[in-house]
Amino acid sequence: MSRLKSTFDCLRQRGEKGLITFITAGDPSLSATVPALTQLADAGADVLELGVPFTDPEADGPAIQRSSERALLNRVTLRKTCEQVALFRQHNEDTPVVLMGYLNPILALGIEQFAKLAHESGVDGLIVVNLPPEEAGELSAALKPRGIDLILLVAPTTPIERIEGLAQSCSGFLYYVSIKGITGADHLDVKDVEHKVASIKLTTDLPVSVGFGIKTPEAAAAIAKVADAVVVGSALVDILGGEKELEEALSDLYELTSALKRSIREC
Amino acid sequence: MLRHREGDNELPDSSGHFGPYGGRFVAETLMSALDELTRVYEDALDDPTFEAEFRTDLARYVGRPSPLYEAKRFAASIGKARIFLKREDLNHTGAHKINNTIGQALLASRMGKRRIIAETGAGQHGVATATVAARLGVECTVYMGSTDIERQKPNVYRMKMLGAHVQAVDSGSKTLKDAMNEAMRDWVTNIDTTHYIIGSVAGPHPYPAMVRDFQSVIGEECREQCLELVGQLPDVLVACVGGGSNAMGLFYPFLNDINVKMIGVEAGGEGMQSGRHAAPLNGGTPGVLHGANTYLMADEDGLILDTHSISAGLDYPGVGPEHAYLKDTGRVTYETVTDEEALQAFRLLSACEGIVPALESAHALAQASKLSAAGDVEDVIVVNLSGRGDKDLETVARMDGVEL
Ligand SMILES: Cc1ncc(COP(=O)(O)O)c(C=O)c1O
Repeated sequence: MSRLKSTFDCLRQRGEKGLITFITAGDPSLSATVPALTQLADAGADVLELGVPFTDPEADGPAIQRSSERALLNRVTLRKTCEQVALFRQHNEDTPVVLMGYLNPILALGIEQFAKLAHESGVDGLIVVNLPPEEAGELSAALKPRGIDLILLVAPTTPIERIEGLAQSCSGFLYYVSIKGITGADHLDVKDVEHKVASIKLTTDLPVSVGFGIKTPEAAAAIAKVADAVVVGSALVDILGGEKELEEALSDLYELTSALKRSIREC
Repeated sequence: MLRHREGDNELPDSSGHFGPYGGRFVAETLMSALDELTRVYEDALDDPTFEAEFRTDLARYVGRPSPLYEAKRFAASIGKARIFLKREDLNHTGAHKINNTIGQALLASRMGKRRIIAETGAGQHGVATATVAARLGVECTVYMGSTDIERQKPNVYRMKMLGAHVQAVDSGSKTLKDAMNEAMRDWVTNIDTTHYIIGSVAGPHPYPAMVRDFQSVIGEECREQCLELVGQLPDVLVACVGGGSNAMGLFYPFLNDINVKMIGVEAGGEGMQSGRHAAPLNGGTPGVLHGANTYLMADEDGLILDTHSISAGLDYPGVGPEHAYLKDTGRVTYETVTDEEALQAFRLLSACEGIVPALESAHALAQASKLSAAGDVEDVIVVNLSGRGDKDLETVARMDGVEL
């Protein structure tokens, strides 16, 4: 069974909601990535999203744009991102890792070669922000036999008829983008999200996670009430990109992650 | 006719592909807006009222048809070929860009969108967008890289005068590609109220086909004018290629005239060897950026490279997907012209003909000069003079050591 599936099965059995964290590989330095992932997992993150730096992150807000820029200054590529996952796997066999990024680095590496490398590195899932299912056939065919889940996004603008098709091409979990906007935006509306997630749930048994614009334990708890998992990115990325020394930043990362997990558990 | 004539190139297919190129590579949030735009556009193509409105605006507001002018002194100073200029520089706002913004403004009205956004490099598309927004009385924001704001100041002020908000973009390379990233971020955020007027035959489907169709008026007029003036079709068409809209507009109505040769001219910057250029069709590889699969300037890790051109309107790492297709099929040849060669042509046309061309268009002029200088045949060459050079005087003056 895939790590993502067993993670979500476990959560369901415990009647618990999941916490998914996002950081960018190589931010603030390449050597910080494995310690940061470890910290997040130790603090209670159920799934780890790892951003693949890209020069033109057209769906991301300022926080993740800057984090991508910092990582690119460290010359962190898709290959190096996979290497970090492999290193992390030496310490952690259980926590699923999902890569999140844009299509061009994958095309440059070659779809087959990427799928092979991701599999060997212990990657569990993939989110490609600028790849709708209509264009995803080849990638999906390369990932499937290797047990890597292709996770698709559902947006507030996605019509219900389309969600069914999306859910069929998707595995692992569905990612509901909670706002019309970019990552880290400010206009989250819990009622809206509740409505939409409920209607998604009518079309699929896949777990539904919700992300974009969730920054605080309070917001996470509110969203966790209506979804299977909550994704937090910009707030964590801001900690890593701040002024503090790495050790202190990692401890802040731990603090925020455990606070998020606590409030999700209590919701 | 906006609807393609029978026998014309039928591409893109219904999913927006030109062979392997094109398509829709965007965030899910944009998919429904692209569907809506496609639907409204397809309906408009079949609606005689739309066509009539479009033609009337082009005639009475833009000032079409633009003349086809024989540049005799310019041609004689180079070689034997007869060189004709398709005078898009004489359009209202000074470039071909307005043909597209007129069409998209009509569509925005049909969709009931009360806010318009655009990206711009040289500022010509920004001005053309601000212009139609002023005319519709809708809110307008234009994204522009801060490097481009610096080198195209007159256009920045013009946009403000027209009531547009010019938003400086400081991320990445601070040029056209970053302006486009920022415009796409705005669009996902304001998708309900806003129409994004992309300024070239780039971006996700339906933009490449739609912008081409609006710009095809250039080639349609040119065909008739050439037959009337010269009694034959042109032997060669030459146009500069940034995103590729003025080139597609000129080429498209001639694609089935197999004896008409077509040359697209990319920005060779400081020379192809230097790596400092903006010529993805000549020095790039296929990949995905800004919604389409096409040739790109990217490194081996798939990261997008910074580009260089003296002309802001050509300073872009991608190119419209139909050009990628036409390159692969061999129907169109793509060449490069350096900054230096473009500048020479800029000066020569100004001095010989009293026409100051845009630096973008000067790339096409330089290529026509090379052609004429190399052969001794009396070919009929049509150059798309895509815009006028007022916006570039400051850049050129600075090269001459003059501060305006
Ligand atoms: C005068 C002029 N010509 C050409 C271009 C390049 O665009 P395209 O290749 O879409 O015609 C621009 C873009 O700003 C322009 O202003």
